[in-house]
Amino acid sequence: MASLLQVDNLTIRFPRAEPVRNLSFEIAEGETLAIVGESGSGKSLTALALMQLLPRAAQIPNGRIVFGGRDLARLGQREMRHLRGREIAMIFQEPMTSLNPVMTIGRQIAEVLKVHEKLSGRAARDRAIELLKLVRIPAPEKRVDDYPHQLSGGMRQRVMIAIAVACKPKLLIADEPTTALDVTIQAQVLDLLDTLRRELQMAVVLITHDLGVVAQWADKVVVMYAGRKVEQALPEDLFNDPLHPYTRGLLAASPRLKHDFHYRDGALTEIPGSIVSATGETGCPFRPRCNQARSSCGHNVPQLIVPAADRLVACSFTTSIKAVPHAAALSY
Amino acid sequence: MPLLSVTDLKTHYRSRDGLLRAVDGIDLVVERGETVGLVGESGCGKSTLGKTVLRLVDPTAGRIEFKGEDITVLDQRSLRGVRKSIQMIFQDPFASLNPRQTIGEILEAPLIVHRVGDRTRRRQIVADIVAKVGLPAESVSRYPHEFSGGQRQRIGIARALLLNPELIVCDEPVSALDLSIQAQILNLLVEMKKEFGLSYLFISHDLSVVRYFADRVMVMYLGRIVESADNATLWSDPRHPYTRALMEAVPDPARPRQAAPLGGDLPSPSDIPSGCRFHTRCPLATDRCRTQEPEFRQIAPGHQVACHFADHIN
Repeated sequence: MASLLQVDNLTIRFPRAEPVRNLSFEIAEGETLAIVGESGSGKSLTALALMQLLPRAAQIPNGRIVFGGRDLARLGQREMRHLRGREIAMIFQEPMTSLNPVMTIGRQIAEVLKVHEKLSGRAARDRAIELLKLVRIPAPEKRVDDYPHQLSGGMRQRVMIAIAVACKPKLLIADEPTTALDVTIQAQVLDLLDTLRRELQMAVVLITHDLGVVAQWADKVVVMYAGRKVEQALPEDLFNDPLHPYTRGLLAASPRLKHDFHYRDGALTEIPGSIVSATGETGCPFRPRCNQARSSCGHNVPQLIVPAADRLVACSFTTSIKAVPHAAALSY
Repeated sequence: MPLLSVTDLKTHYRSRDGLLRAVDGIDLVVERGETVGLVGESGCGKSTLGKTVLRLVDPTAGRIEFKGEDITVLDQRSLRGVRKSIQMIFQDPFASLNPRQTIGEILEAPLIVHRVGDRTRRRQIVADIVAKVGLPAESVSRYPHEFSGGQRQRIGIARALLLNPELIVCDEPVSALDLSIQAQILNLLVEMKKEFGLSYLFISHDLSVVRYFADRVMVMYLGRIVESADNATLWSDPRHPYTRALMEAVPDPARPRQAAPLGGDLPSPSDIPSGCRFHTRCPLATDRCRTQEPEFRQIAPGHQVACHFADHIN
């Protein structure tokens, strides 16, 4: 499949920190790439960088974001505005904060169409109703005149999706799109996103902290820790045989529905400490929390190596990590 | 005698849209040393139930008994004694910590209110509890913003434990935390349970957390309990269609993807559907479900379900 977006050695710098460092990944047309990580991993900043929506204090001192032959990191505001919403769109975790509370959802969808597709008022409204139908909102002819507060959380996220896909973008960036939703609604919204991905042949960058979502919806997974990519794999490989100690720790720490493991049987495997310990770390950012760490881990940041086809891992000792810390991790 | 016993509890609010029936007839028992998990989606009334049990919200009807004493009608002054024994841990500890007070001051406050010891004794109690929940001793002179999310939840737990409670209502205690921190806090809660002989009413939307943490599980939908069973039974033999849908909706790496098990949204608690309140979203609903409310009945010892067809589901 042809490559749609290439992120190459991207660094995001703030005056006193570099929350994303030397990050590279690639997305093919129509593919779903999951970026998984915890708060502080830099996954949301990466999403904002793709949209050129980084806070003003942030800079991109090195690296490229190549999309359609252009480097987005060096693109002017004007050209970027032309791309945003039309070729690259984004949805966020909390739709209520992205929607205008004093404007009907119909007008908010129409706005995109007027700007990018130069549709007239009437035509834009009709198209807005079509889009509401596309995202499976019942009675779209009535709902089009609703205000955001009249809709449930799941419905609001559907409206955000309608706005995002209004111009049939080639790439949709979804930053924790279902984190604020209940599990039964989450399943509906993820279903919808995947259907639209196929119907509109759009690639999706799915940013999430939920490993279950990753396993079921991604074609490819990037695991981030403290601003760096620590592992990349196909989902089945990642869950069957996680290689980075951080990924292993995450899988072992998560209580999972189908595993018959109860507090009376024993404690959950912990990853000690917190991500804060990565600040100022000269070697491997995960070293302070890693139960496999050796003194040499403190010298240099580990390079990504290719331990198998379609896999990358940033840990030199990965082959010798045999003991999976928790039985639960084995059955993934 | 159970530690906590709640009978036909109702908490209704008046709202612009009419009467909002957040908790709408709930029976609940927490035995000594037991962890009861209360699972449901947002808007099902689980947090209101937790707050009503603590009498932070006044019930509309029903009865709450703590160690056999009826606390439904106690006034605020008489409640103070009971409050020592029932504590609460919240989802977002930061919101419940005064940003201008040090951790030491925050933790000493409940001891002052309840007139525990003199100053030296109180400081000792605070120092002990800080160590127990795994915070460094110097934390007492720090302010809330200096702590990470996981550490703040440790502070929340420390505060809940200060007065030697018997029951702790935990309202989504790990939902705001990263996965790697979640395990730390759950393990701490288990340790504290063992050490202090606590009982928990554990409110969560996260089934996998409840699966690990609870002894008995109650599934709540629109103000009512729809299924209740001991942990092992509920996961191996769920009988309410809503319970099953909740379980199926959790994305599981070990299982291929399935279509979303439920359509539609949770109806508004101010406009509860007729008959079985789940019928608008239930894949099995019949005419009977639309008109006749199913009884919450026992189908096996310790296993209760509110569904007309509970016997046919397996």
